[in-house]
Amino acid sequence: MERSEEYIKNERKQEWRVELQKLTKAKDRMAVERVEMTEMAPEERIKSQRVEVNVGLTKEEAMREATRCMDCVNPTCMEGCPVSINIPKFIKNIERGNILEAASVLKETSALPAVCGRVCPQEVQCEQRCFYVEKLNLPSVAIGHLERFAADFERESGVISVPELAESNGVKVAVIGSGPSGLSFAGDMAKLGYDVTVFEALHEIGGVLKYGIPEFRLPNAVVDVEIENLRRMGVKFITNYIVGQTASLDDLKEEGYKAFYVGSGAGLPRFMNIPGENSNGIMSSNEYLTRVNLMGADSEESDTPILRGKNVVVVGGGNTAMDSVRTAKRLGAERAIIVYRRSEEEMPARVEEVHHAKQEGIEFLTLTNPIEYIADENSRVKQIKVQKMELGEPDASGRRRPIPMEGSEYTIDATVVVVAVGVSPNPLIPNSVEGLEVSKWGTIEVVKDKMQSSIPEVFAGGDIVRGGATVILAMGDGRKAAKNMNIYLQEKYLSNKVEH
Amino acid sequence: MNKIVEKENFSEKVVKIVVEAPLIAKARKPGNFVIVRVGEKGERIPLTIAGADIAKGTITIIVQKMGVSSTKLCQLEVGEYVTDLVGPLGKPTEIHNVGTVLCCGGGVGVAPLLPIVEGYKKAGNRVITVIAARSKELLILEDEMRKHSDELIVMTDDGSYGRKGLVTEGMEEVIKREKVDECITIGPAIMMKFCSLLTKKYEIPTMASLNSIMVDGTGMCGACRVTVDGKTKFTCVDGPEFDAHKIDFDEMMSRLGGYKEEENDKMDHFQN
Repeated sequence: MERSEEYIKNERKQEWRVELQKLTKAKDRMAVERVEMTEMAPEERIKSQRVEVNVGLTKEEAMREATRCMDCVNPTCMEGCPVSINIPKFIKNIERGNILEAASVLKETSALPAVCGRVCPQEVQCEQRCFYVEKLNLPSVAIGHLERFAADFERESGVISVPELAESNGVKVAVIGSGPSGLSFAGDMAKLGYDVTVFEALHEIGGVLKYGIPEFRLPNAVVDVEIENLRRMGVKFITNYIVGQTASLDDLKEEGYKAFYVGSGAGLPRFMNIPGENSNGIMSSNEYLTRVNLMGADSEESDTPILRGKNVVVVGGGNTAMDSVRTAKRLGAERAIIVYRRSEEEMPARVEEVHHAKQEGIEFLTLTNPIEYIADENSRVKQIKVQKMELGEPDASGRRRPIPMEGSEYTIDATVVVVAVGVSPNPLIPNSVEGLEVSKWGTIEVVKDKMQSSIPEVFAGGDIVRGGATVILAMGDGRKAAKNMNIYLQEKYLSNKVEH
Repeated sequence: MNKIVEKENFSEKVVKIVVEAPLIAKARKPGNFVIVRVGEKGERIPLTIAGADIAKGTITIIVQKMGVSSTKLCQLEVGEYVTDLVGPLGKPTEIHNVGTVLCCGGGVGVAPLLPIVEGYKKAGNRVITVIAARSKELLILEDEMRKHSDELIVMTDDGSYGRKGLVTEGMEEVIKREKVDECITIGPAIMMKFCSLLTKKYEIPTMASLNSIMVDGTGMCGACRVTVDGKTKFTCVDGPEFDAHKIDFDEMMSRLGGYKEEENDKMDHFQN
């Protein structure tokens, strides 16, 4: 659980760490070049939705990369991690070849290390705060690649450790939604000795990790192993259960649940409200990705249909847009095109995703915005009328505001259009729980850093609070909520004073 | 996994299934629907709830064989299991005592209409129900409807039972005869469109319950979007009932065919 600064400093003074520190000179550490992740060849990987793009590091590569880490006295990288992974400790375990120990260090604070190693934007978190970046202006230690390596190594070894659990305290807590936020929360609460049940609306556990992120970035099997790990920690999962609809929060209270964590995620997909947008062939990225990722519609064996097209246009510039357009390519599109209203520089997608997309032959029409959809006689979209944009002054998001260029309209042929311009919070929980304070955007209001809502026994985090963010920020919220819910429950039900 | 405890073939294409779902049986209200999935490769499909038995912990769904998924569901026998069942979903029908209510159902739309008829009757309304089918064999729930309605009018397209004609003919007869305060219509989209046009003429507030394409049913996918009063709404969380006079039925009908070719391919694959 939470490790104090002093604890972390003392750990650094352990004999094996000191030995490692002495073993290689700083100069020699710095002389090692950052490892390159091996990737599947683009022409091979676009043949299947289920071939992972990044292959992973070998043990030799990982151990060499781990020597680059300076085991800093003041590990700033940890400040960049929303779930406070003890980064030097796990990396030094890799350096000494004790990979299973490295994996168990990850699990001290992260319920989903194999997931985070794949989908976290490390380049703007831990890696951005790495000594190499902050002080040397050199490429950071490949923390993300190493995290993935350790988690994969453990999974493939079959020797999977279960984190240390506190003695059961018998207090029942419910988690609403089994996405990254809920899973992270569940893991921490199980470690603290709570009786945790996760309620999921869909038929599969994992939330966005299953329905959203494609298997070429995050294989479902990897997610399942992490979920199995939580099961082994005693976490219970109930699918096909919509809290607020199947049963109310009050019903669950009657069943003995003392507190709730709402991680119900972003629900409603946003559309642009332009003419023709409800024509057939135009869908949200949620729909498109759910059909393929959750329902397996790319396979002929699946009963769920999917629309394929020669020309597919995806509107948006985030990770979801990249996931959608790369999925379209894998479903056989000859032209798979991103249409984005700002320039590439402002794209919210990870640089790696844009890079991978370009390798796969994705076309980018930046500074371009759809203004109308034109349908055929069967109401199926056939063309998109777009308008060119130019960048003006920065707006509230700090990015330069796109301004339409008069008279620049033209049309693009497309029979499938995927709209990936963001989501609004899922309304089911806010609508069904009386007394829950909700913002004008529909997000649940919480006390910052405590994640406690206007109802004391209800905590919330992830997209239902943030409106839309990353897997790791959602997980960080889950950890914060667990810490604070523990304080709340200890004082209320277990008559223990807890240091705040 | 939910066990099927009772099954009745209403006709070659229409099947009644009673399935174990104790929490849904308790929570459901008229107007709600469920999402069902059959088999590990199964599709998630929305189906309306025709009834529930809280004591037995079961709900009743009535299914018409249309594509692969509904056919697979209809092929399940008593003792077998539905792979996934989730609900109740959607906003329930707003039932008040308004006076006289005209309830109009066509085809399998009669099934979800039944709990609504019961609800209106219980709320103290005078309930006149018009149910319609292409022919006698396809008519469902006649006795149940008669039991909960003050008056039941049966219409068949071919005149093989009840009166010959469309549902709207039965409706208009009632509207001309007495004051109707509210109307609700559930059935094929084209039927609801003409019901709506009729009651608009007579300025009778009318609700229609839509059966759009859905994937998750919880607001996430947006496949079920429909234009109501010029604005895009999601049938799953904003509906399934909307003010019929404001629904763009033509768009709705075209959107129901949004996956037609792909669904036909799946059906060919399934049958061969």
